[in-house]
Amino acid sequence: MSTANRETPSPTAGRAGMKKELPEQFKDYRHVWVFIELERGQVHPVSFELLGEGRKLADKLGVELAAVVLGPPGEATWHAVAEAFAYGADLAYVIEDPLLAHYRNEPFTRAMTDLLNTYKPEILLLGATTLGRDLAGSVATTLLTGLTADCTALDVDADGSLAATRPTFGGSLLCTIYTLNYRPQMATVRPRVMAMPQRVDKPVGRVIQHKLAMAEEDVVTKILGFLPDNQSAKANLAYANVVVAGGLGLGAVENLQLVKNLARAIGAEYGCSRPLVQKGWMPADRQIGQTGKTIRPKLYIAVGISGAIQHRVGVEGADLIVAINTDPNAPIFDFAHLGIVIDAIRFLPALTEAFTRRLSPHNRDKLAS
Amino acid sequence: MHIVVCIKQVPDSAQIRVHPVTNTIMRQGVPTIINPYDLFALEEALRLRDAHGGEVTVLTMGPPMAEDALRKALTYGADRAVLLTDRYFAGSDTLATSFALSQAIAKVGETFGMPDIVFTGKQTIDGDTAQVGPGIAKRLDLLQLTYVAKIASIDLDAHEITVERRSEGGMQMLKSRLPCLITMLEGTNEIRRGSLDDALRAARSQIVKWSAADAGIEDLTKCGLRGSPTVVKRVFAPTSRAEKAAQIDTTDKSLRDLADDLIAAIFTRQPALEQELAVDGGA
Ligand SMILES: Cc1cc2nc3c(=O)[nH]c(=O)nc-3n(C[C@H](O)[C@H](O)[C@H](O)COP(=O)(O)OP(=O)(O)OC[C@H]3O[C@@H](n4cnc5c(N)ncnc54)[C@H](O)[C@@H]3O)c2cc1C
Repeated sequence: MSTANRETPSPTAGRAGMKKELPEQFKDYRHVWVFIELERGQVHPVSFELLGEGRKLADKLGVELAAVVLGPPGEATWHAVAEAFAYGADLAYVIEDPLLAHYRNEPFTRAMTDLLNTYKPEILLLGATTLGRDLAGSVATTLLTGLTADCTALDVDADGSLAATRPTFGGSLLCTIYTLNYRPQMATVRPRVMAMPQRVDKPVGRVIQHKLAMAEEDVVTKILGFLPDNQSAKANLAYANVVVAGGLGLGAVENLQLVKNLARAIGAEYGCSRPLVQKGWMPADRQIGQTGKTIRPKLYIAVGISGAIQHRVGVEGADLIVAINTDPNAPIFDFAHLGIVIDAIRFLPALTEAFTRRLSPHNRDKLAS
Repeated sequence: MHIVVCIKQVPDSAQIRVHPVTNTIMRQGVPTIINPYDLFALEEALRLRDAHGGEVTVLTMGPPMAEDALRKALTYGADRAVLLTDRYFAGSDTLATSFALSQAIAKVGETFGMPDIVFTGKQTIDGDTAQVGPGIAKRLDLLQLTYVAKIASIDLDAHEITVERRSEGGMQMLKSRLPCLITMLEGTNEIRRGSLDDALRAARSQIVKWSAADAGIEDLTKCGLRGSPTVVKRVFAPTSRAEKAAQIDTTDKSLRDLADDLIAAIFTRQPALEQELAVDGGA
């Protein structure tokens, strides 16, 4: 949340020296919490990614990892609790209430702040989704504590403070932010920035149930309806296994078809760098990078993309990055694993054809035998 | 109706350069713009005013030069501009920013009439936190409607508003009450060109300039660095991977051979992928 326009851009930026002993009222704040985002019966995968990260922080601090599950009475909520245990939570704080069936700011802020004030964790992590960002801002302001948004790395330092790292200055630099003298220390992390932890079947955990001190009459905002996104039209880039993306190097909007053809041949999602969205060549939900989607595929093929830092931060989690670019000095070759210096317009049809040949049913059978 | 739109002047970040040795930002000569996300909020406010009557006040907190952003907003058709500027605000994080802005909005309300709606952009392009809007809502006890894609209806007499709000996996249709705080989603409208009249008016307009004291802020410990619970401990450049990409040798090869070479190199590094692609793809 520390905005990039701080007046102290120096590398040794300066108020860390003001760090004093934690005020008395915050001394008993302990343990790490992760907010479990439950919507329409589904837990957002970012919650599990955060449990993985929260586990590491809790282990370093020698404290417990708790999941916060807010949901309607019934199966979905308890399923989310079980999943939270499977992904590493030691215990879960649960509020079951019909008001929590669908996200609304008022009851969720109330539920969360009540829990925080009652059980006093030192760290609270939330996904930087539309829901998580809506909730985090309200909760942090209610408690008047610090919140660092869209972190890319989390750690605890020697004295047990949360060190939250995020991009700054338009992504050209990173900064590490501390919450001095306030608790809980809050941070949000975007989906796919952290790795998905291993799921362990049927572990058990403690459950602490709490009541929501609110009735429907207390909630001003009413939900009139919900229109689900058209799933088939919608890109699921963040969670795709294979992604092919095109950049300005494609030269013309028609050449996007080459990227789409390759994607289709290998069963990949396709995406793009930001300028293509700005030109209106692709919808915004296909943009990859700091201000678009963060991806973590097994294979990422970047076509005619220079590899600017804002793009790089969105793709670094890929297992294998392949870059196709005419410029041998393009920055993308600094972080790609495999590269080929070639005109993509000429090369893509050949590559698509070669993949199709290799993956054809005939060869597939050979592979299986 | 009275609508307040909070805007921010930001460096045109496409043009920011980082000093290669000292890792500091080279700001000199970087042009500033109105945070692009704020323009969707401003346009929505102008449309509501045009439909329902009333006034749009734009508000920014920033250095004296942020006046440029306000003047620009006036050329688009805003009726009044307020600049909140004071050295005490320097170094504000989102909590301190939402404090100062909420105090100023309260003062705007006292001076020019209570706002029915406070708008902010979805986020800024320099801070990128999306947290100031919710912070203002909480501090002013306004109903909070974030990521609004469409304002479906407003009933000023009943103080009711219905909106479509982007949420995970779909659009929520919400009915809420005025006064409220709305953060507008990007791409929901396009900022108007502004008329010649507006341009002339903007040039003549007096911009209201408030210090912390003018805005009625008494507790300066809640402002700027002192009012910010978070501190930046370290700013650094991302490290690069130790090795560069392994390059496919392109000398004297046909496109077909090169494609086969690249695919072989991919499957050598990720053998499990071949099965997976064969199952999903290639159809
Ligand atoms: C605040 C901020 C946020 C941003 N967020 C994002 C973001 O989320 N995602 C993002 O992608 N960008 C983002 N950007 C923009 C980013 O800085 C770069 O400008 C952008 O990524 C460049 O896109 P590009 O690589 O497609 O274009 P270019 O940088 O123009 O690169 C084109 C590349 O194509 C190569 N090329 C040209 N012709 C061919 C050919 N025939 N065959 C093969 N290669 C060819 C060139 O050698 C070059 O390397 C952001 C910028 C800012 C300031």
